[in-house]
Amino acid sequence: MKLKRVLALAMAAAMAGCFFAGCNDDSGNGGSSNGGAGSTGSTGSGGGASGSVYWLNFKPESDGVLQEVAKMYTDETGVPVKVVTAASGTYEQTLSAEMDKSDAPTLFVIGNEAGVKKWGSYAMDLKDTKIAGELNTDAYNHYDADGKLVSIGYCYESYGIIVNPDLVEQAGHKVEDIKDFASLKTVVEDIHNRAGELGFDAFTACDMDDSSSWRFTGHMANLEYYYEEQKAGKTWTECPATITGDYLPNFKNLFDLCINNSITDPKELATGGHDPDTQFKEGKAAFTVQGSWTYAGDTNYSGSVPNAKMIPYYCGVEGEDKAGLNCGTENCWAVNANASEEDRNATIEFMYWCVTNEEASKKLVESFGVMPYKSAAESTNGFLKDAETLTSNGNYVMDWATNFQPNVDEYRKALVSALNTYCADQTDANWDQVKSAFVDGWATQYNAANAG
Amino acid sequence: MTNDELATKNEPLQNEEVHESPLAKLSRFYWGKNRKSPLTRPLRKWFILFLGPVTAAFIIGFVWPFLQGIYLSLCNFQLIKDAKFVGFGNYIKAFTDASFMRSFWYTALFAIVSLLLINILAFAVAYALTLGIKGSNLFRTVFFMPNLIGGIVLGYIWSMIFDGVLSAFGTSIVQNSTWGFWGLIILMCWQQIGYMMIIYIAGLNAIPEDMLEAAKIDGANKWQTLWRVTIPNLMPSITICTFLSLTNGFKLFDQNLALTSGQPIVMQDGVPIKQTEMLALNIYNTFYSSNNSARGTAQAKAVIFFILVAAIGLAQLAYTRKKEVQQ
Repeated sequence: MKLKRVLALAMAAAMAGCFFAGCNDDSGNGGSSNGGAGSTGSTGSGGGASGSVYWLNFKPESDGVLQEVAKMYTDETGVPVKVVTAASGTYEQTLSAEMDKSDAPTLFVIGNEAGVKKWGSYAMDLKDTKIAGELNTDAYNHYDADGKLVSIGYCYESYGIIVNPDLVEQAGHKVEDIKDFASLKTVVEDIHNRAGELGFDAFTACDMDDSSSWRFTGHMANLEYYYEEQKAGKTWTECPATITGDYLPNFKNLFDLCINNSITDPKELATGGHDPDTQFKEGKAAFTVQGSWTYAGDTNYSGSVPNAKMIPYYCGVEGEDKAGLNCGTENCWAVNANASEEDRNATIEFMYWCVTNEEASKKLVESFGVMPYKSAAESTNGFLKDAETLTSNGNYVMDWATNFQPNVDEYRKALVSALNTYCADQTDANWDQVKSAFVDGWATQYNAANAG
Repeated sequence: MTNDELATKNEPLQNEEVHESPLAKLSRFYWGKNRKSPLTRPLRKWFILFLGPVTAAFIIGFVWPFLQGIYLSLCNFQLIKDAKFVGFGNYIKAFTDASFMRSFWYTALFAIVSLLLINILAFAVAYALTLGIKGSNLFRTVFFMPNLIGGIVLGYIWSMIFDGVLSAFGTSIVQNSTWGFWGLIILMCWQQIGYMMIIYIAGLNAIPEDMLEAAKIDGANKWQTLWRVTIPNLMPSITICTFLSLTNGFKLFDQNLALTSGQPIVMQDGVPIKQTEMLALNIYNTFYSSNNSARGTAQAKAVIFFILVAAIGLAQLAYTRKKEVQQ
């Protein structure tokens, strides 16, 4: 009998708990600096330390650093800063949910054309703000059709082919000798053919699962879009309704080279799970397709392969000995236009502090690679240095035309599926499916994204 | 006092009983015939406290979002608070979306196949485990356990299992639509058979022994007993199990997302066709696509989806209920 009563009580308590949990005020995260806001309100020393900041972070790998920086800022100014990081690949979902709350993010990310269309109206015009004045380039900013400065780059990245020079040397070649697709092919095929004897292979696994497929459908695909832009003689400023796919054979050149000269059998790529980052760090392969964010942080290539270098996507295009790396970003700050004026001001102050405070910007630059602001700490990222060296040698920078991919998730999914079929059976018919997903898929998704 | 006197004395009390509330009846049951419960009054006063939270939770967690969902299906919106009323345009878009229709038929096929397989197998297992074989309690527990694992986790676990096998044949679950379909069926069977089995076991145990004995005395063989006695008596369990597996089949989302996520995608005349995308996943993908009116369309799809699942579920309930027999 007693047990029954206890059980009934427990059930009632659980039910009530469930009910009240829903009504719970979400003041946990970031509110740990309790008292901060209140005490500052009264002691605010002329710095206008009112309002609060809520940063919905896009880069999961930087979460730790951002929490540290947020705490530093709160300790210094008393302004509460809450940093919430969306899980990898769920930024859109998290942003949709958070923006609907009364306590919406004051600082969020609009990183591409599609984002500007969708979220642009929720962003304030950053033109002539304190933070915009600190920028040292306009290259990574996003404007809407009316010329409103919707978002500003807070870091930029580069991607290409990352090489382990020691392994290339062990195989009797030199990284400096790789100047175009033909020379890359020679080195790669030689290493792959002698993999047994050398103890390492040419490329890491080109996994096509969600954790890795973006290296090809998002990044490597950029070479096609970029050269198409160049052929047309102008840089895209908005998503074109169709693409020609003229440079798909070049994409195929490089893609084939990667999958057929790799540790992992092309037939096993669809499943993924081969952990290409670890393969590269453990010296099991001399090349990998990756970006500058792997230099430090959790991936930390520089920890295992300190002299790793990044070289351009050589793919057999004429004049590619002058190619540089793919530089761009999807990391652009936008400030919520619907936040209170106090919060907006607090957010801009915080952004300004992030790029001007010596210690904070040093921490952020270590994690982000580089921040394009006048007073920000200097980059320590080796891959971004490679990008700079190439540019200063007169090589062209390949911009991130890939940011214009229409209805991006659906477009890439179809491309992944077609590439999977092709990897399993490399026939012309299967490559035609890739072509269709690449070119026709673009038009289809453009229409889907823009239909009234 | 004579008996007659007693009877007259009790009369008003009986009359009172006729009009008393169920609550008062209950308290009389506990507190004896002639005493009013000391609890009746406070209980009447406090029932709000007990019913209130559940009612409020039901309204906040179900009724309100449901009504809001219907309203949003008539709106264009990016954020719920900025919804703009546009009328029935979203429904037209939903009905003219070929991928929605395709996933409807795919889902229907899946629901029917999984309904049949899950119920036949669950019944077979339940039947076998009520024959009194050794260790049947252990088997029941083991068969029930997959139901305790969440759909997403199951999806990923099974994708590893399938890929482990399929990689030997140079393919994978995301590359072959036939395997995608049957993979999902196997996964759902594995997850749900145990659950349905429990319901069938309860039903089987409720069949009166005398009925089975009578059948035996009348000379019915095992097969005849099964078809003529056991199954007709099991109809309430069949009703609930078919209802559950049918609606589960239609509503399936997590397992679909984790196992194949709609792959493989085949390009047909430049249009990507997701070979294994079910209705709920189609709605999800529509909601998060880049089009500015996509969310309203997805919402309209969700309302259509609700009506569809409710209609099919109720039709099936009505049909199988008719087959139920009175014991």
